[in-house]
Amino acid sequence: MASPAPAISVHGLVKRYGEVVAVNGIEFEVGTGETFGFLGPNGAGKSTTINMLCTLVRPSGGSALVAGHDVVGERDDVRRNIGLVFQDTTLDGYLTAEENLRLHAELYGVPREAVAERMRQVLEMIGLWERRASPVNTFSGGMKRRLEIARGLLHSPRVLFLDEPTVGLDPQTRRSIWSYIRELKAREDITIFLTTHYMDEAEYCERIAIMDHGSIIVLDTPEALKASVGKDRVQIETYDDDAAIAALHERFGLDATVAEGAVTFGVPEGEHFVPRLFTELGQPIRSVNVSRPSLDDVFMSYTGTTIRDAESTGTDRMRNVARMMSR
Amino acid sequence: MATETTAAPSDGPAPSAPDRPHELARVRVPTRSVRSELRAIKVVWKRELIRFSRDRLRILTSLIQPFLFLFVLGTGISSIASAGTHGINFRTFIYPGVVCMAVMFTAMFSAASIVWDREFGFLREMMVAPVRRSSIVLGKCLGGATVAAFQGLIVIAISPLVGVPYELGLILELLGLALLLAFSITAFGVMFAARVNQMQSFMALMQMAIMPMFFISGALFSVASLPAWLAVLNRLDPLTYAVEPMRRAIFEHLNVSAAARRALDPGVTWFGWHVPTVVEAAVIALLGVVMLAIAIVEFSRAE
Repeated sequence: MASPAPAISVHGLVKRYGEVVAVNGIEFEVGTGETFGFLGPNGAGKSTTINMLCTLVRPSGGSALVAGHDVVGERDDVRRNIGLVFQDTTLDGYLTAEENLRLHAELYGVPREAVAERMRQVLEMIGLWERRASPVNTFSGGMKRRLEIARGLLHSPRVLFLDEPTVGLDPQTRRSIWSYIRELKAREDITIFLTTHYMDEAEYCERIAIMDHGSIIVLDTPEALKASVGKDRVQIETYDDDAAIAALHERFGLDATVAEGAVTFGVPEGEHFVPRLFTELGQPIRSVNVSRPSLDDVFMSYTGTTIRDAESTGTDRMRNVARMMSR
Repeated sequence: MATETTAAPSDGPAPSAPDRPHELARVRVPTRSVRSELRAIKVVWKRELIRFSRDRLRILTSLIQPFLFLFVLGTGISSIASAGTHGINFRTFIYPGVVCMAVMFTAMFSAASIVWDREFGFLREMMVAPVRRSSIVLGKCLGGATVAAFQGLIVIAISPLVGVPYELGLILELLGLALLLAFSITAFGVMFAARVNQMQSFMALMQMAIMPMFFISGALFSVASLPAWLAVLNRLDPLTYAVEPMRRAIFEHLNVSAAARRALDPGVTWFGWHVPTVVEAAVIALLGVVMLAIAIVEFSRAE
């Protein structure tokens, strides 16, 4: 599938904002036609990376080629070949869906004779053809996101960048956005580069880079990443969690914590461990749940923290700043 | 969500390939050229017009202040002012200033929309397009100029109410000056909008710029025999060069005594030289071009 020329190739890319190093010398390649995901908590440097790749932010060091063009030296060539869907909406709410697309077509110089047909195609694909004459302000969050995806595709880009494509949407809408993205992959020969901090979405990618504190910590397929964790997650409900945790440590040498209201620990081949658990723990167990490692566990095992915890410390920081500002 | 994804066949023009409704044909985007830049300028300009035409409230509200000046202040003051106006209605006297005012407010609001666009993200859509930033800034300024001149035209259209007759030559001259002023003020606003990220700050800044410009320009008083300090400020105020030629044009089309003209419309002088309308128009245009250039430089800097 991957052709010899990569769609994106990044070497030693750095972005500094004064003292702060937002992106710290990252390296990776994305093959043509690949779906590649950047996973990490807010503030990990994902958006800064995406902004450098789409020529919105100038790198402080290193280089990056997108669709074969340098992001600094051949900015317009890069721009013509990429489609962008940002975290926040960039539609003009006063214009209709059609007017937004037409404006984009004009800005990107889509040949006049092709505009109408191409607009119909992308609007039908995302199921908004019938709403084309409605002002975007009347659209729901999910509809806006779909329209942005359609707009990002209007000029037939070779690489589509999706920065947190489903952030702020309800689960059902998230699923529908993903079905559009997968459908799109099936139809257009396009490379997709996306960032997300939803673990379940990262699994849609062919390869994933986990990013934290401006660096890529690990880069592999979701399967390989999960296999590298090597442990299944076991969750048990007990009547006395503290006693159960102590017993697990004493009898099996396992470190368990309480997560999501259940005693949680990792163990290789979990289903073979469960019978031993019942006979040897010496504590009554109300329920058992064994699951294969998820990307959550992968993130945990590489960064030592869950993505949600990494997130909440970030949020606390922001809240503190907001509090300071409002005084 | 699923319900709206099915496209009714009755809707829109018949697709050319109904058996493959979702097949996406690739389009080729050509490399940058003068033509593509012109397309970009045109579409940014057009967006400004579409947005303006949808916002009826804005068209109305930006007329309130000029009409207050013209009919409330103008009527109220005319009784006191009648002694010094040589029989000219005070409303007629301040009318050119009010035309300029309507133009200025609308142009400023157009420029302010850049700050909104940044806040609502739309600016990014324009900034990442494979066109020159100058095309986008120019399109924006031309768009702002068009809608502001249109607003000026509304005020020009009520001229018989203040005793100024409809005459094609006069209307064209007023409209031409309004257009120039609209362009320059939009460029002025866009220049600031490049740097100011917050709407409140931008509006405060504009208030700070517009009101002094309006008062000093001689929109409400005659620039004859001003104290020296005010005369200097008056010559430095760009708006002077829009108000004065408009007033001159209006007075030329009215039956005004020579004494009245000397008192009410002495004309702008530079060190004793009488500045003709053409030069005044050139001052406005030049300022507009300079501010446009600054705005382009500011927007062309990578973020």
